[in-house]
Amino acid sequence: MTEDEIRVAFLKELTSVAPDLDPETIAEDDHLQDDLDLDSMDILNLVTALHVRFGIDVAEPDYPKIATLASAVPFLAARMG
Amino acid sequence: MGVFAMPSLGADMEDGTLVEWMIAEGDTVARGDVVAVVETQKGAIEIECFEVGPVSKLLVPVGQVVPVGAPLAVIGEGEVPEPAPERMPAAAPQAQPDAPPPPSTERPVAPAATRPVRSPSVDVAAGSTMPSTADQPRATPAARLRAQEIGVDLSGISGTGPDGVIVLGDVARGQGAVPSPQATAPADKDPKAEMRRAIAAAMARSKQTIPHFYLSQTIDVQPALDHLATLNTNRLPAERLLLGALLVRATALAARACPTMNGDYEDSDFQPASDVNVGLAIALRGGGLVAPAVMQADRLNLDETMAAMRDLVARARAGRLRGTEMTAGTLTLSSLGESGAEAMGGVIFPPQVALVGLGAPQLRPWVVDGALQPRQVIHLTLSVDHRVNDGRQASRFLTAFDTYLTSPEAL
Repeated sequence: MTEDEIRVAFLKELTSVAPDLDPETIAEDDHLQDDLDLDSMDILNLVTALHVRFGIDVAEPDYPKIATLASAVPFLAARMG
Repeated sequence: MGVFAMPSLGADMEDGTLVEWMIAEGDTVARGDVVAVVETQKGAIEIECFEVGPVSKLLVPVGQVVPVGAPLAVIGEGEVPEPAPERMPAAAPQAQPDAPPPPSTERPVAPAATRPVRSPSVDVAAGSTMPSTADQPRATPAARLRAQEIGVDLSGISGTGPDGVIVLGDVARGQGAVPSPQATAPADKDPKAEMRRAIAAAMARSKQTIPHFYLSQTIDVQPALDHLATLNTNRLPAERLLLGALLVRATALAARACPTMNGDYEDSDFQPASDVNVGLAIALRGGGLVAPAVMQADRLNLDETMAAMRDLVARARAGRLRGTEMTAGTLTLSSLGESGAEAMGGVIFPPQVALVGLGAPQLRPWVVDGALQPRQVIHLTLSVDHRVNDGRQASRFLTAFDTYLTSPEAL
């Protein structure tokens, strides 16, 4: 998968967890919790969805690495390696 | 024969719009089956039926606004009652405050007889309205309060509630000139504004009727967080636990240990609940708050608690909560989540008598075994109804909660 494809897939899962978010308006550095208002249950649902979609298990200590689009895309790309 | 009636899904609910029938005439229903979806101020709620037997007749078409307590369907064999009254003003264009209420012919059953879990809340059922005096029109407390707030004279308003009682909606219409009969919900109702109104009414009622007092304690959550990290290390995302599950467990166990914190206060009487159904204050994205209950939380293990919370939050966000969940809470847990303010003194959700308010975890210097350590702590503020409890019982609850949370292996 290219980084662009990962970005699209990540945004799709994110907006499925939080349907009120508009993928067009999510900035690269928007923080999932601080800027987009996701709570711990939303984050867990997102991590679960990423596991189902990519087969990548993001461990709890790595949650900060998927906290923004800018950090999540390269992190997931590297994990898919 | 049984009559399935519009249940009350909250202290200030007066009516709901039937949006979907999930049964048809001729079907057979079992106790607890979801039979209809009703649109309320708190979103769409799935309504369970607690009658058993064949569905003889559906009395209300989809789209109709139905007052709390009015019949929706007949279950089993027997005589069919008259159809549910639509939300029309009483026959007289103006209220007749001095006239005695007409005999009730349209209400074959009292709401109390069909309400699934609890007795009707005090201001929605006809039988529990404010006592009528010679110069006071009959009105629900919510309607009376609203009229007072906006300076409307109740004697100029036609009541559309059971037996011509003036309900909240009548007061709102009374502000305009002519009462407008509504057989169906207006399409321009803003759900967010509706929910805000429902929260406003419930919270105002709580603060006006419940003498709150507050006790606080700071609790070391490091043991709980460490235990959680250990449990989650080898779990796949779908099986992971959140701190919230431990907090619900600690609340449920503390409530079981302190039965006077767990139950309802209605009609000047406290009724302890036999189960602990922990109401979970869930913030909805886009605004608003609902507090459905994790049922029998005292009997669930940690994994079952987490599964119940995941399910509840998902359905709260999707607008598919069930009627019993909305009304069966026996005390409420309100948590600020992982970041933000360190303390919150919450408003009790009537008719409950206690609310556990938790601030966000904070890293603080803490003395452990005589030495200073950086620890994650949570500030717990217990809001308590002073009509039922004193400081001693509240303090006992805090101690129990602290003990359970600091020995998380036992949760």
